[in-house]
Amino acid sequence: MKVEQISIFIENKSGRLAEVTRVLGEAGVNIRALSLADTSDFGILRLIVDKTDAANEVLKSKGFTVNKTEVVAVEVPDRPLGLNSILQVLDDSRINVEYMYAFVERCGENAVIIFRFDDTEGAIRVLTEQGVKVLAGQRVYSM
Amino acid sequence: MRIWDPDRECMARDKLEALQFENLRTTLERAYRNVPCYQKKFLEAGVSAKNLQHLSDLSLFPFTTKEDLRLNYPYGMFAVPLREVVRIHSSSGTTGKPTVVGYTRNDLNNWTELVARMMTAAGVTADDIVHIAFGYGLFTGAFGLHYGAERIGASVIPISSGNTEKQIMIMQDYQSSALVCTPSYALTIADHLDRMGLGADSLKLRVGLFGAEPWSEEMRREIETRLGILATDNFGLSEVMGPGVAGECEYKCGMHIFEDHFIPEIIDPETCEVLPPGSMGELVLTTLTKEAFPMIRYRTRDITRLHYDTCRCGRTLVRMEKTCGRSDDMLIVKGVNVFPTQIEEVLFQVEGCEPHYQLVLDRDGHMDTLEVQVEVNETIFFDEMKKQREFVSMVEKRLAATLGLRARVKLVEPSSIPRHEGKAKRVIDRRKS
Repeated sequence: MKVEQISIFIENKSGRLAEVTRVLGEAGVNIRALSLADTSDFGILRLIVDKTDAANEVLKSKGFTVNKTEVVAVEVPDRPLGLNSILQVLDDSRINVEYMYAFVERCGENAVIIFRFDDTEGAIRVLTEQGVKVLAGQRVYSM
Repeated sequence: MRIWDPDRECMARDKLEALQFENLRTTLERAYRNVPCYQKKFLEAGVSAKNLQHLSDLSLFPFTTKEDLRLNYPYGMFAVPLREVVRIHSSSGTTGKPTVVGYTRNDLNNWTELVARMMTAAGVTADDIVHIAFGYGLFTGAFGLHYGAERIGASVIPISSGNTEKQIMIMQDYQSSALVCTPSYALTIADHLDRMGLGADSLKLRVGLFGAEPWSEEMRREIETRLGILATDNFGLSEVMGPGVAGECEYKCGMHIFEDHFIPEIIDPETCEVLPPGSMGELVLTTLTKEAFPMIRYRTRDITRLHYDTCRCGRTLVRMEKTCGRSDDMLIVKGVNVFPTQIEEVLFQVEGCEPHYQLVLDRDGHMDTLEVQVEVNETIFFDEMKKQREFVSMVEKRLAATLGLRARVKLVEPSSIPRHEGKAKRVIDRRKS
């Protein structure tokens, strides 16, 4: 039920983001979802791609610092309080969200949101118990 | 042109040398007798005070280095029992342990006299109101100047450092006429005056005595113009005494070294040979009168040149040029001594981290800034921003604890710091002086 994500350290200077996307593109890797957290000095680019291992290797070979992390893709009802209902479930179980970002595509009537939790296993269990749909990795990579 | 102690400061060289010889022999004997470190060094070098037949025989004796002081921390280099020590100061302590120095009552008296000489040479008189904006504490700067100014009979304002606007208010209200601080702080004061819409004429400052960090002639001109004062340079180091080892007279043509208390030598830092007069090299100092903490041939690591011709002021004492660098890789940042190796040690103590790093020194206004650029790698890269920031602030805290100075840590991409063959170029100094 977990989704593999790669994170890349990027210095805050022009052209670096373009370099990452160029390297990935030339390796035939397609980006499925992304988020960029930034400070004035550096950024952390988080990506979900269709070929995680290939992306990881090619970026490392180009000298980028890359980490693999496990995140959770959750279907969120596309209506007011949709996201809130899920966050409430997590809060009731005292599971902390480290960060989250939205997926580019929708899954039927639902939006897809990527979560990074402090307790990934616990989060998946709680969400599933409460009837929230958690998407499998393979499903996400090929959306 | 006033001279505080003309008998000593304008001595004929042959008389001076006779005095130096006598005191040097006594110092060597006392050091050998009372300090195990000197005893060991002299025995290893096969010399004793008896080998001193001429002043030039000083070159037979071994050098003393910062490392010796570190190994004998805290009191191992003291030549008197602690009972006779009436004051303890220390260096900034940036190479692990600080250097502890002690003074007997006589030492304090001599120190005060020498600072009085230096301040008189700069033009300070009993009519002056001396504003001391050095931090009061273990650092020798503030107390050294304080007692010297009192000895002259000037009125001393021991304001210490910080809170520039209040300093300006006090300078205005109390009519401070002589300013004692670091040269960069003098410019910070000038900046604040500008910001407050005040001119130099809103103050009564007349003269400034600046030390504790290297500064250029351009910086002197800027200070003089913006504060409307005569800006003089002085030199000292806690290991040898503190401020008052050397100071400029109003002619500003090099700092007179008070040779009746210290013997300067210039050596080649590579071969350690004594160089002929007028050569550029590393300054080595030997104390002649210090009781609690005698220093025999202390390698200051400061690069300078000595001028023996008599100054227009009438003082016969040798003059040293502004130091123009170091024979080791020490940096002076905000008046604090920093060795790149200390930063390296801190970084390498971070678990799993053997990063490439580079130090960038710059000026923000007139204050020095130190940025430590660290190449990120997989062990110190965290996907969560919170953890990444925690990492940066943890390294910053450790650096502050080791260096005694705030340094900013900046993470950079791998391989973005240039690699050099052989000795790495770790330091980029963008400061002008």
